[in-house]
Amino acid sequence: MNRVAVIDYGMGNLHSVAKAVEHVGDNLQVSVTADEKTMLNADRIIFPGVGAMRDCMGEIKRLGIDDMLRRLVEDRPVFGICVGMQALMQHSEENGGVDCIGLFEGNVVRFPKDMVGEDGDHLKVPHMGWNEVKQTGTHPMWNNIEDNSRFYFVHSYFVTPTSHDDVVGESAYPETFTAALAKKNVFAVQFHPEKSQTVGLQLYKNFLEWDGCV
Amino acid sequence: MTLAKRIIPCLDCENGRVVKGVQFVDIRDAGDPVEIAKRYCDQGADEITFLDITASHEGRQTTIDTVRDIAGQVFIPLTVGGGIRTLQDIRDMLNAGADKVAINTSAVYNPDFVREAADKFGSQCIVVAIDAKKVSGEGEPDKWEIFTHGGRNPTGLDAVEWAKKMVANGAGEILLTSMDRDGTKDGFDLALNRAISEAVSVPLIASGGVGNLQHLVEGITEGKADAVLAASIFHFGEYSIPEAKEYMAGKGIVVR
Repeated sequence: MNRVAVIDYGMGNLHSVAKAVEHVGDNLQVSVTADEKTMLNADRIIFPGVGAMRDCMGEIKRLGIDDMLRRLVEDRPVFGICVGMQALMQHSEENGGVDCIGLFEGNVVRFPKDMVGEDGDHLKVPHMGWNEVKQTGTHPMWNNIEDNSRFYFVHSYFVTPTSHDDVVGESAYPETFTAALAKKNVFAVQFHPEKSQTVGLQLYKNFLEWDGCV
Repeated sequence: MTLAKRIIPCLDCENGRVVKGVQFVDIRDAGDPVEIAKRYCDQGADEITFLDITASHEGRQTTIDTVRDIAGQVFIPLTVGGGIRTLQDIRDMLNAGADKVAINTSAVYNPDFVREAADKFGSQCIVVAIDAKKVSGEGEPDKWEIFTHGGRNPTGLDAVEWAKKMVANGAGEILLTSMDRDGTKDGFDLALNRAISEAVSVPLIASGGVGNLQHLVEGITEGKADAVLAASIFHFGEYSIPEAKEYMAGKGIVVR
């Protein structure tokens, strides 16, 4: 039995994550939960996130999920998604500035205003839609996923890790930004694998097979 | 690495069935929303939009069960609109598996609702749906007005100003439907789309009037839309999603 805990801190759309995981795995027990015991009993942790950072971090701290995550990453794989990835950084400039969990060194910043694309058109924010992800580091999570595959993004903020060693995937809008981070037992992505059809489902499949600590 | 332009089939639903109104009046049945959504996902649609077109008019909530069924089988983004009036409505839809909600009438009656919703759930899941109709006459500068209730009720609101206000209030995306073109198959109102796309900082989905694949191309190249939405050309098998993508790619548009 592969026990997967999808951490629920009340910020939407976790069932899509759970359904995608259930879709690709056998002999699974997927729990959408904030229960301490369930998280500690899980073999793998998914840390998703949707919404405004101030509210997310408020709930994460209120439920003690920040401390719990620091403990969980010690001995099992953790998969951060979108705002979940951003919450793993030290600080976000969203909502006037919010301190985050700090598992990765670096911050979360907004796409600048007045970005212009190759065709001269004004680029919109949020960065919304299917963009290519270049795999900048080898990682078991990229197994069977073609380099430069398109994943679904929707975000106005992106992470700026201090150490480039943590970066395993990049995209561009129009400047290059970090799309995937990895360190020890943690793999985190800015895009939504549960909304990225075949390649996204493959990423979840890889997570179910990944035992952490590359 | 370039962001692809999106093709979004739209399921206009009533009583759990996909329908497509011609000018929102003459409605034809095009089948089961779950099956259709799944088919589009398999074909390579970039997103699915599910609109309960009568929700606003008859006070009906969009069927949460249908949303849950779709979300359980398609692993691409799902936007749900129709009858979204309260923060609880939004939470219900997100919990059922929707990624975004489209707010239309409620935004007109209470613009602060969009601000509250964006503050609570983040702009990325708040789409403001705008139904606009041209009100300027021949020889006058272009002017479009917002209509509610499936195009029945004028509001006196200027469409471009309204779009800017909604974005200032936190809308993460605009779904723009030309009421003059909807159901006509004459193509998007390109001037309307361009006017709004260039006035706002967020992505614009063009809707209303698609009759052929060249219309999709024009929506992006001339209407400056970031995504194009269509229903009947896909529902009735006139064109498939792969055909649409191949055609657009042939015209130099980046697609997935």
